[in-house]
This record gives sequence, structure tokens and C-alpha cells, in this order.
Amino acid sequence: MSSSEGAPESWISSFCSLMGHEFFAEVSEDFIEDDFNLTGLQSQVPMYKEALEMILDVEPEEDDEEEEEEEEDEDDDEIIGDDKPPGYRRAGERRHARVASDLSVIESSAELLYGLIHQRYITSRPGIQQMLEKYEMQHFGVCPRVYCNGCRVLPVGRSDTPGQETVKLFCPSCQDLYTPPNSRFHSVDGAFFGTTFGCLFFMTFPDLDIGSRMDNSLSALSPTRSSSLTSSSINNQVSPDVPPPNQPVEINGMRTVNFSPGLGPGRIYESRIYGFRVSERSRSGPRMKWLRMKPIDIRELDEMSRYEALHGEGDDDGDTEMGSGNGTAAQNAAIARRKKATMRRRRYNPDQMSINGAEAG
Amino acid sequence: MEDFNSETDSDYTSYWRDWFISSRGNEYFCEIDEDYLTDRFNLTGLNTEVAYYQYALDLVTDVFDLDADDDLREQIEKSARHLYGLVHARYIVTTRGLAKMVDKLKRGDFGKCPRVMCEGHPLLPMGQHDTPSMSTVRLYCARCEDIYHPKSSRHASIDGAYFGTSFHSMLFQVYPALMPEKSIRRYEPRVFGFKVHASAALARWQDQYREDMKTSLRDVGVEVKYIEDESEDDLEDDDEPLSDAREEKVIGDAASARMDLGN
Repeated sequence: MSSSEGAPESWISSFCSLMGHEFFAEVSEDFIEDDFNLTGLQSQVPMYKEALEMILDVEPEEDDEEEEEEEEDEDDDEIIGDDKPPGYRRAGERRHARVASDLSVIESSAELLYGLIHQRYITSRPGIQQMLEKYEMQHFGVCPRVYCNGCRVLPVGRSDTPGQETVKLFCPSCQDLYTPPNSRFHSVDGAFFGTTFGCLFFMTFPDLDIGSRMDNSLSALSPTRSSSLTSSSINNQVSPDVPPPNQPVEINGMRTVNFSPGLGPGRIYESRIYGFRVSERSRSGPRMKWLRMKPIDIRELDEMSRYEALHGEGDDDGDTEMGSGNGTAAQNAAIARRKKATMRRRRYNPDQMSINGAEAG
Repeated sequence: MEDFNSETDSDYTSYWRDWFISSRGNEYFCEIDEDYLTDRFNLTGLNTEVAYYQYALDLVTDVFDLDADDDLREQIEKSARHLYGLVHARYIVTTRGLAKMVDKLKRGDFGKCPRVMCEGHPLLPMGQHDTPSMSTVRLYCARCEDIYHPKSSRHASIDGAYFGTSFHSMLFQVYPALMPEKSIRRYEPRVFGFKVHASAALARWQDQYREDMKTSLRDVGVEVKYIEDESEDDLEDDDEPLSDAREEKVIGDAASARMDLGN
């Protein structure tokens, strides 16, 4: 009741200003009022109609203090027209009961419904724009990883189904997922942001400068970064090898400068004891370098042209059709990649090929 | 190692160090033994690093009895904290110090890894430099072998040199059993359920890199094991459930362990 009377604030803005709800954007009422945007949510949210009314601060009917003993199903509330006077009274009775016990149920339904609408809203044009403003104001925090140098992160979910996992933070600089540092976000459902939003955001704004803070703080860290290889070998960190010239502006649909700038040589931590690197051959040697690795020459990631370079243009008929040809093309690519590796590896994983076939076909 | 577990091993009550350890923001530090502090050999070179060195040392060892005004006292207090930190970096790579830090690690005093795929693996404090006031303390996760900023701002101002660059590696050399199993699970960005090409291509490249590392290490007789490898070995007997289980795993955690297959 407080949502409509007393407080001038709308339910949406009061919800978004709650503690722990700082990540949420305020969904516009136009978006919610468009039934198309709510498709399928009715079956997911209990007391859907009441919840929707609560979100939109709509009073269904006037309060009527008259008591009615008729017990009606929820569906009957939809009835309009012919028996209007009972409808009014029933609504009054419903609101009356809501005050007593249902209010908390409707409130939680409204939060669930708002979250699910929010998941859709932030992938829409106005929603993603709103999230961009929040992102630029650093509302979602920064990446905790040292070599990401405070890259701003985005809230994402690992599941689109509510009630599975809480909200996580996606860092575009290392393409990894982190738990929010503040425990007040540990009760926010990840589905309210969804799996799609994180990547779609950076695909929508490809020119967003991800690694901007990186250069000034990194140069402070390793002043010899831009110097030649011989002098940088003395450096504490492995200096990033200079990539060969004519790097493409875009790689696989992403700006090369914005493509995971926190990864690659020089941005990988190396354990050292008294200045000496811990050997890979040691039992406690590094095993996870691959996770933060990126090719120096970004063109190595252009699999299509690499494949063509390996096999010539003659036999690449796989991409002409999407159906059955796709499977063989994928298989060919997998085999081509495998040809580079030694035969030994296949012996250690004897089932590799059968799985390969099973997944491709 | 049980012998070293007690926090104070002398009858002498250390007021300053007790206070220092228990004060807010100093949760990462362990208590340095009286014996270690009083052995001058362990303090070699620190007298040039720390102002009011002798007074600071007296304060840390609770023999300080100088009538000083508040200004000077504050200076000495600051020096004492600095001295304690620098000795701490030396102490935690000794047998006793490592044992104390292992206890703290097991208690989770240093926090948990923020990376989702590390599933809250306990962290270790470390510095990126051994010289003071170069960088603040970082936290090392042994599972992903990466370093992170502490999440609390009260830890963000601690000097990294108070822990040093070698400590965490030394700990795993001395206690190899504490080394966690590595996982090849990763986050796979998706848009409307579809993998994102740029990220997937990088993931394939990284998987290739890992396989190459495994192969080259196998050539020199070092076997590299990941958690996922072992679970595959267990299932190797029968073919039909094997592919099902894998399919489930891939869908289930949305982090494909098999992205090098090129599908």
C-alpha cells in the first residue's frame, strides 16, 4: 500500500534504490506496458496480475470495505463487463486480504517479475543505453584481477532461470567471471541480468574503451615496457613481445584493441622464488598459464584464413551450406588443428576421435 | 609441525605485537616469534630502511621506555609497524613462519578467490615487489595461479613488501600437498545461447596452448593432470554412458572442457 499512498516514489524507483539493488536499471513503464515484452512470464510468476499491478503502481479498483464471502479463483478476476458490481466488491475484498497476508507474497512476486522483465529490458535498445550510463559511472565495480588494472565489469547471470545462481561480474578484459566483492549482492538473482547481456553489451558498444586505465598504471609498474627485448629480460615481469605489424583492426568481430586487453604475455602472473621463476617441470610449477594467454600475433585467432592458408581455397566447400556440410567442415577444422599437434596426444586420449565424431554429427 | 602451532611460544607477553596482530586491517599478518625478532642476524640491513630503528625495535619487543612527545611517538610507532612488516616478510619464509601462515590459510584469513570458477579457493597474501612502497599487497590464488586485489579497502593500503614475492611459492614447495587440483573449466560468454565467436576462438587457441604445454612437459617426463582428466579416466570403460555424461557436463556447467574439438 505504501507504494501508492504516502510515498510519491514509484515502486520501480524505490525497488532500484534498495540496498543491494544498485545494479538494476529502472525499466521504463512503456516497456512493461507492452504485452509483447511480457510474453511467457505469466506462467513463471505466481500472482502475476497483482505483481504487475504493484510494479506499475496501478490500483486495480477502488477499495471497498464491504465484506463478501464468495471465494473466487484467480481466473475469475479477469471477468469484466456483465457482472461489474460484484467485480468491484471482489477487488475490494482482495485488497483487504492482501494487506493482511498476501502483501509479502505479492511483493516477492513483483520482485521476481521485475527481475525477469529487467533481464529482457537490458538487452533492448533503451535498456542497454541505460546500462551504458551506469557502466560508465562505474556502478558495477572493477575487476579484482591485478593485470586487468581496474577494468570496469558488468553484472551478468550464469543462468536465465531464476533461483539458480546469484549475480556475477563479467570482466571484458580477461573474459572471466567474478563474484561481487560486497556480500549484499550475494542475494541478487543472476537471472535478473541474464546470460546474454554481458557479451551483447560489448558487441553493441564495440568502441567502448576497455583498457584505457591500463596503460598509465602498467607503465608505472614496468617502466621498460616499451623498450627492446634485451633490456626487458631483466625486468621483473615478462615484457609483452611486440606484435608484428599490420595487425587487423578487427578480429572475429571485435576491435583488436578492445579484445581482452588484460590477457597475453606480460599480463600473466609468474611465480618466483627469490627472483627465480618456478619451473614448469616442478610439481608445483605453473599449470594455468593458458587461461590468461593470448597470441602475440592476433591473426592467429583468425581460424578461417589460417585454415585456408593450410588447405588452399580448393576444398573449402563446407561453408556453402549450413546443414550437413557444416558438420564435416567442423570436423575438418578439428582435424586440421589436430594435425599440428603430435600423434602422441591422441594416444593418451584414445577416445578423442569418437567423441569428436559424436559431437559433430 | 605441531610444535609451531602455538601463537606465542614464550612466557613473555608481547603487548605491542598482540595489539598489532589483532588490530583491524592487520588480519593478514602472523605473529613473529620473540626469538626471531631478537636475533640480530634476521634484521640485517633493516637499520638503514627504518627510521628510529632502535626505538622501533624496542617498541616491537616491548622494551620501549622513552619519554617522547606525541609527535615523535607517532613517528616511532609508524617505524615500528614498518619494521614489523619487513621482518614479517623474512619470517614467513622460515619453517615456523610458514607453519603459522598455513594455519591462517586453512582458517581462510586471507579471503577467497573472487573468480567464479575457483569456487572460493582460499587466497594467500603476496607482494609484487620485495622493496617497500612499490606496490600494495596482492592475493594469490593457487587454483587459477593469478593475483587479485584485496576486496576490502582496509587491506588495500598494506605494503606488498611485508609479504614478499617468494612467500606463496615457497609455501607450496614446502607443503606440496596443499597444492590444489587445477581445473580446465572456464566461463564461456554466450549471446542468446550461442557462443561468441571471438571468445570461443580465443578459448580454442588457449586450449591448444594448454595441450601443447602438456605434450612438451610429457616429453620431459612431467605428467600434467587436471580435475577433468581424472574424471574422464574413470569413465573410460564403457562407451555409451561416456558420451552422455560428457554431453551433460558441457551443457550443465556451460564451461566446456572440450572446446578444442572445433564444434
